Amino acid sequence: MVAVGEASAARRALAELWAHEASPSAASFVVQRLEQLRSSLPLQPYRLAILRSFTVEPMVPLLRAAAFCAGIDLTVHVSDFNAHVQAIMDASSSLYSFAPDAVVLAVQTRDIAPDLWNDVTGLTVAQIRSSIIRVTDEFQAWIRAFRQKSSAHLVVHNLETAAFPAAGLLDSQSNSGQSTAISEINRSLTTLASEQTGVHVLDYDGLVARYGRACWHDERKWLTVRLPISAPHLNDMVQEWMRFLHPLAGKIAKVLVVDLDNTLWGGVIGEDGITGIKLGTEYPGAAYQAVQRTLLDLHRRGILLAICSKNNRDDALDAIENHPGMLLKPEHFAAMRINWTDKAQNLREIASELNVGVDSLALLDDNPIERQQVRVALPEVVVIDLPSDAMEFARRIRDCPAFERFTLSNEDQQRGAMYQAQREREQLEQAITSREDFYRSLQQEAEISPLTKASQSRIAQLTNKTNQFNLTTRRYSEQQISELVSQPGWNCYSIRVRDRFGDNGLVGVAITKQNGATAEIDTFLLSCRVIGRTVETAFLSFLADHARSNGATYLQGWFLPTKKNAPARDFYSAHGFRAGEQNGDGTLWTLDLTSNSLPAPEWIRLHIVNGDK
Amino acid sequence: MSEPLLDRVRSIAADVLEVPTATITPATSPEDLDTWDSVHHLNLVLALEQEFNLQFEPEEIDQMKDIQHILDILGSKVA
Repeated sequence: MVAVGEASAARRALAELWAHEASPSAASFVVQRLEQLRSSLPLQPYRLAILRSFTVEPMVPLLRAAAFCAGIDLTVHVSDFNAHVQAIMDASSSLYSFAPDAVVLAVQTRDIAPDLWNDVTGLTVAQIRSSIIRVTDEFQAWIRAFRQKSSAHLVVHNLETAAFPAAGLLDSQSNSGQSTAISEINRSLTTLASEQTGVHVLDYDGLVARYGRACWHDERKWLTVRLPISAPHLNDMVQEWMRFLHPLAGKIAKVLVVDLDNTLWGGVIGEDGITGIKLGTEYPGAAYQAVQRTLLDLHRRGILLAICSKNNRDDALDAIENHPGMLLKPEHFAAMRINWTDKAQNLREIASELNVGVDSLALLDDNPIERQQVRVALPEVVVIDLPSDAMEFARRIRDCPAFERFTLSNEDQQRGAMYQAQREREQLEQAITSREDFYRSLQQEAEISPLTKASQSRIAQLTNKTNQFNLTTRRYSEQQISELVSQPGWNCYSIRVRDRFGDNGLVGVAITKQNGATAEIDTFLLSCRVIGRTVETAFLSFLADHARSNGATYLQGWFLPTKKNAPARDFYSAHGFRAGEQNGDGTLWTLDLTSNSLPAPEWIRLHIVNGDK
Repeated sequence: MSEPLLDRVRSIAADVLEVPTATITPATSPEDLDTWDSVHHLNLVLALEQEFNLQFEPEEIDQMKDIQHILDILGSKVA
């Protein structure tokens, strides 16, 4: 048995080995150590099934090693060759009995559309059209059947186009060529996936093109062992799968903390001055503008940016505000620590200021010493490895899978602005002495609504990423939530909060089930953005009223403690619930609705939206 | 046969076949190890190709009946 401290040091060493050399033998080594360490480390278990038309086995250890280094204990099930149709259609297949969290459907163009791949020059325009329709229909049938039988996520590889189109130059001279036909299938596949929840497209054609079709393939391995991908690119396929696994397993960074000198610009502001630093449209400043453009893309994806830099604050702010080459402006940063304090301490403070866990932070810093210090002091921070050449920086950021998302809600896009409003709120709070005066001055309005099609994706997103104010930390997919709510007695509510500084968006979720006289709170969570503003009391008060009017005499809820949900620990006791049964995972709290009232705070204007579930 | 080549092959084979390095000798063959099945054989081939930055011919892969054969084939290609 390895001690916990040793285990996390061992994990760091394995992650370093893996970052240095992602080879098959290193993968095998990492996976074997994983088997020994898994009980001593806080790993997230995840089950992935791969349905395939080609050999993927050599990639499985690589994938498990990569997942392990990302904190995921991955179990992989691989289907038989070309058995995907049977696996999907037959509810008793080994696919479903494996109970996957996610399924990858990796079928090659040559297998699903052999006519378009091998014989396209012999086909008429009408025959090509009917092939497109046949393949699209097949994908549609598989996706729908899968959705009916499983609530797991489905990641579908799209189809690659040929490196050398069969008709040569002729292929791109008309709209009925091979490449056009395959692209058309891919467009339809994107539409099909967007119509279903939890179905995602992996752009395999784009992936192969990124590395070059001629380099990606290994014809002799394909012909001998049905492995189409050449040895150097096996890990690129694995990294692409990891891009999906990160958001699927909730291993995502919400905040990217950036250094300034030699990271956002070239040179050292304290020495080179605002006219001396390198930042602009020409080399060498262009490399740093490319970094800033990449960060701006992340900001628009809902990822918060923060600054942590050892500098004189005034020099640094002057450059950020006034340098003509800056694409990022002060308003893009949700928090700043420009001082001479040690990085790990600053990172802890940034996490606390932004109300996120330290494991929601990623670090971008050109200095390997600082990176190493953070890796050791705060192993849960995602540290982006940077080479010495600044022209590589932007790509390294885009490569980082912790910033991947499947959906982009309005909340995501406006998150940066919301945090700016939050800073103004905090300034107000400091100016007002009484808590109640502060609550009143916020002029909060809350709207509670039953589950709707439009809110479903945000609700699922919140159940998956809310860690702090979350009583039970139950993670649900969109599909699972709509299944729960379709059962008698179950309800799902969400709460939106507005205040004088703006709209906070949809920030809370409650899922309840009522069985006779007892209503149980299955899930109760609130985004950290609104914690401590009595919104949680208003929401709980609504649940109590609702349960009472449906004839319940008891309102119950479990508190299941995790490493992160301490902010929710006293929630039930503070609202008059009594502790009862303990099952080892947590405590069941009960409120007697006949002898207790649970009034909503008078300073929140509450709107209840009625509607069928 | 140079010592380093044998060492490198033993180390890779031990990692891929999930056994202690000491278990791997030139005489070790799939008969000796439960883990040395067709999937692991392919993984071993890919690991060697990556380590030595070369490609084996299909015929060469078929000839890899034991570690000594792997050493012979590698010796002829690396030299």
